[in-house]
Amino acid sequence: MTNRILNISTSPHITKGLSTDVIMQHVVWSLVPVALFAVYAFGISALLVLVMSVCSCVLTEHFLCKLSKKESTVSDWSAVITGLLLGLTLPPVFPLWMTFCGGVISIALGKFIFGGLGYNVFNPALVGRAVLQAAFPVAITTWYPAFLDNRFSTIAASVLTFPLMEPAVDGTSGATPLAAFKFDQVTANIPDLALGQVSGSTGETCAILILLGGIYLAARKMLNWRIPVAVLGSVVLLSAIFHLIDSNHYPSPAFMLFSGGLMLGAVFMATDMVASPVTPLGVVIYGSIIGILVVVIRLWGGLPEGVMYAILLANAISPHIDTIIKHRVYGTSKRSK
Amino acid sequence: MLNFRKNTFRHGVHPPEHKDETNGLPIRQFPFAPVIILPMVQHIGNPSEIVVREGQEVVRGQLLAKANGYMSVPVHAPVSGTVRKIANVPAISGKMVPGIYLQAFPFSSQEVLEGTPIEETASKEEILQAIQDAGIVGLGGAAFPTHVKLKIPEGKHCDVLMINGIECEPYLTTDHRVMLEQADDIFTGIRYLLKATGAGRAIIGIEANKQDAADHLASRIPDGAPVSVEVVPVKYPQGAEKMLITALLGREVPSGGLPIEVNVVVVNVATTAEIGRLLPHGRGIQERVVTITGPGVKKKGNYLIPVGTPLRYVLEQVGADGQISEVYMGGPMMGVAVSNLDISVVKGTSGIVVFTEKEVKRPQKIYPCIKCGACVDACPISLNPSRLGILAKFEAYEQMTDYHLMDCFECGACSYVCPSNIPLVQYFRLSKSVIRKRQTTKQTAESDK
Repeated sequence: MTNRILNISTSPHITKGLSTDVIMQHVVWSLVPVALFAVYAFGISALLVLVMSVCSCVLTEHFLCKLSKKESTVSDWSAVITGLLLGLTLPPVFPLWMTFCGGVISIALGKFIFGGLGYNVFNPALVGRAVLQAAFPVAITTWYPAFLDNRFSTIAASVLTFPLMEPAVDGTSGATPLAAFKFDQVTANIPDLALGQVSGSTGETCAILILLGGIYLAARKMLNWRIPVAVLGSVVLLSAIFHLIDSNHYPSPAFMLFSGGLMLGAVFMATDMVASPVTPLGVVIYGSIIGILVVVIRLWGGLPEGVMYAILLANAISPHIDTIIKHRVYGTSKRSK
Repeated sequence: MLNFRKNTFRHGVHPPEHKDETNGLPIRQFPFAPVIILPMVQHIGNPSEIVVREGQEVVRGQLLAKANGYMSVPVHAPVSGTVRKIANVPAISGKMVPGIYLQAFPFSSQEVLEGTPIEETASKEEILQAIQDAGIVGLGGAAFPTHVKLKIPEGKHCDVLMINGIECEPYLTTDHRVMLEQADDIFTGIRYLLKATGAGRAIIGIEANKQDAADHLASRIPDGAPVSVEVVPVKYPQGAEKMLITALLGREVPSGGLPIEVNVVVVNVATTAEIGRLLPHGRGIQERVVTITGPGVKKKGNYLIPVGTPLRYVLEQVGADGQISEVYMGGPMMGVAVSNLDISVVKGTSGIVVFTEKEVKRPQKIYPCIKCGACVDACPISLNPSRLGILAKFEAYEQMTDYHLMDCFECGACSYVCPSNIPLVQYFRLSKSVIRKRQTTKQTAESDK
């Protein structure tokens, strides 16, 4: 046998072969049905919003990497997820220039400023959306009815608003079920909510598709199932208690569960691996905090919807949960430091 | 997640097993290499002390080097021949260690020298001494001197002797074949071990992928022997002592402690068979069963290989051709990649796995930790490798100790699952050695005061 140059590496010499970019790609694939339904329900305007938000996120990430003389990290697909999630949380007729701003802010302030993928404290898409909500309170609460006849032929006027201009509010705005409940005490029926027959943000209306995407990811172990279970469980539990106390004043748990951005938030945003705790007990606490905050904001806050702030607040607590909650190490009597 | 599930431990991983490539192949005698290279460091502890001189003719089984103190074992001649040279030889660690070049007699009958038999009625101390004299070390790979492990410390007692037939490393089938083919030796070994440890009963732990071995052993238990066979689910690293004790008895070895803290002594099944085979004849270890496998090997199998056979000769015999790219001693999860084909098969070599270009893990892109928690769900002792990895990167060794780094036994499950390809266990190995070094320096500094 001739002398060959042997590879040397330290054990383990095999890996499971699942890499971070593959996980990210799967998350994108599981969001595709949600996005397709959004386009089907809200038409060409929603498509434009989604495309714009994905493009702005990816381009921002690429540009910032080049600017800081680093290798572009676009290929890890995480910017695509941020873009998709941002687009899905915006109203389907959101002005494109504002969407662009949202994408830039999501990546620049939500992710890059902390050091990029793996270091972001908050879910980047929600950072972008929070800034948009503060900056454009009217545009971001201008809703649009689903399944309009002309949704594939005309683009809503507000979408093409000239940059730095406030969009004109057109006549066909439709209130979301949560806003209708908050301000008019009207509850939508549950099948309509579950199947996305209502108005709302681009991607939050069809709860069934969101759940299916989540189940797919959880089955492939790319999503921590404990988080959505804890979020949704605590929302159902808490709202059921109040519904039992006063069913006129407080909506049913089913309405709470399927309305607004709760499903999208619980399945795809609260589960941002980076901004959530690592330990099993930690994620349950984290999820419950989100659920409780959602109920509190929805029932007693000034806003009809509270998922975004609930998740952002829980993101901020997450590192502390990881520091405080640790599981017992084998062979030690107490929980480790 | 259910931690009250019986018969196993928490977490763990399931790497592809690749065991069916060799588990049906009976153990075959390997030819004698023309020159045997015997390092004097084949075990953990002091190097053995050479008692032969250059040019001396030795008989197979003859003592070549004696134990140098208690933490040491002797080395016996694996082949009849002439001591050609006493010089430094390469070891797998990359260091040169004292060793013997032994040239085999080409036409010798290779009869093994008989020694003084040790009866099963011998005393505890006599058996322990005989085990040391036979040069026996942990054949599962650790190569820790068995007599040291069997010595029950003052004030402790052992109630269960656990025979480890788990063999959770992928590819390896050594223990599987030993259990199928050397059942009587195993039970003889168990009788010696029960005597040596004073344990009341013995349990043989076997993974469910070796059901045939479990059935075979169960059917061969001698009448009245306090031995049982237990089958546990397949999961890596089930073969780690602590994990096995938890799986079979539900006891947890305290952090930093040895199994004797929970009144258990664990011995590898091949070691047990070797004790049962050697002690009745008063012989020393001359050969061991090695699984030679992997995509780079043509004649895969389980071979009885003389200790000291050069790796280069082994690979030539089994038809590992020019395609070889990486060679491991041991399995792919914890085995050591060899840098040099001139090292030898030693007592602790349980397997030789040969990978070609195709299987070798290429340097992969390392992504930042995305805190997915895969490593947390894999770690058998419930550490937080994600956090430890970040701390290691910042060399925060003190904090790592607080996070129980020193309990890590380097099974590699965290690195195996990490989607970001972070070399977690590699970081931990390095950090542990730095921490140990600092502790030693501190102790020396204090004792100097």
